[in-house]
Amino acid sequence: MIAILGLAIGVVVGLLVQPTVPVELQPYLPIAVVAALDALFGGLRALLDGIFNDRVFLTSFLSNVVVAAFIVFLGDQLGVGTQLSTAVVVVLGIRIFSNAASIRRHLFRA
Amino acid sequence: MADDERRDPVVAQPGGTPDDAGAPARDEAATPRARLTGWSALASALHPRATRAQLLAGVLCAVLGFAVVVQMRQAGDSSLSDLRTDELVRLLDETSARADQLSREATDLQAERDQLESGSTSRQAALDAARRNAAMQGILSGRLPAVGPGVRVSLQDPNGSIRPVTMLNMLEELRNAGAEAIQVGDRRVTASSAFTGAPGAIQLDGETLKAPYVWLVIGDPDTIQTALEIPGGALAYVRNDGGTGDVTKVQDVEITALRDLPEPKYATPAPVPTS
Repeated sequence: MIAILGLAIGVVVGLLVQPTVPVELQPYLPIAVVAALDALFGGLRALLDGIFNDRVFLTSFLSNVVVAAFIVFLGDQLGVGTQLSTAVVVVLGIRIFSNAASIRRHLFRA
Repeated sequence: MADDERRDPVVAQPGGTPDDAGAPARDEAATPRARLTGWSALASALHPRATRAQLLAGVLCAVLGFAVVVQMRQAGDSSLSDLRTDELVRLLDETSARADQLSREATDLQAERDQLESGSTSRQAALDAARRNAAMQGILSGRLPAVGPGVRVSLQDPNGSIRPVTMLNMLEELRNAGAEAIQVGDRRVTASSAFTGAPGAIQLDGETLKAPYVWLVIGDPDTIQTALEIPGGALAYVRNDGGTGDVTKVQDVEITALRDLPEPKYATPAPVPTS
């Protein structure tokens, strides 16, 4: 409940503040968002599995974001930033899908 | 469904109510909290409780929501500013190449248009020139009738003593004075005209002329008159031959006699060098 509330608050704050993303962060923000989404789905799945752990959730959330951003940063430095960010998005997308499938199985038994 | 989810703990503890209260008895030993799964886990998570996990999840979700909205606005705002350098370079390359191509095309088309325009004008100019040329050649060669200021020269030959050479001299004098079209009697005088015969029976191009010989000349009247009457000039020759002549300026000399020119049999126009 607090999580949903937090999500809503975050959206509202983002709409109200309307910040501009610093130029250096612009390539990493979308990847970080996808990574965070992955962590969120993973957390939801863990919750439904009954093995939700706040420390794990926090760690996975932050490490996902940091690692994803770092991979993209590395790719930028190596000159393959576009391809690597595509790869990261693909991998995270697959994970999100599998987590979503697991959640679906939990909730709808199908 | 909640029952299914909790089957394991329930089975392990027969008789236990499918309520939350039943489960902790066994699970409490393994984990500090009841191990809930499925809908019940969701339901319990939806109960607002000020636990560390809930607050943490709330904060992280707030961050996520914030980031999502910011990124969405960013992605909607600008399509170029979040592109990478190499992408921008590629884009710039493509754009400039396309611009080059288009400007080249524009130059080509402009040149073509200019060419067509000047082609049509030069064609028109050439046509006009050809028309003028044709008119000029027609007048000079005697193919076309001509009108203009000039003089009328009447040579009286009471004794029939004017020689053909005198007539030729007259013609040369007229040409020197700038005569453009000449008619003697009802014969057009052209470049190939010839005075032959004998005094009193002068032939122009094979046709005998009758006195008085009337010359119709188009040209500058003053110049021609002066040239003819000059001492030792054409009229002096006529007088020497025993004839008389008088020159009158005429405002509108009409030369109507025409001459059919035979098609040149051997000569063909030399190719005009194109510049």
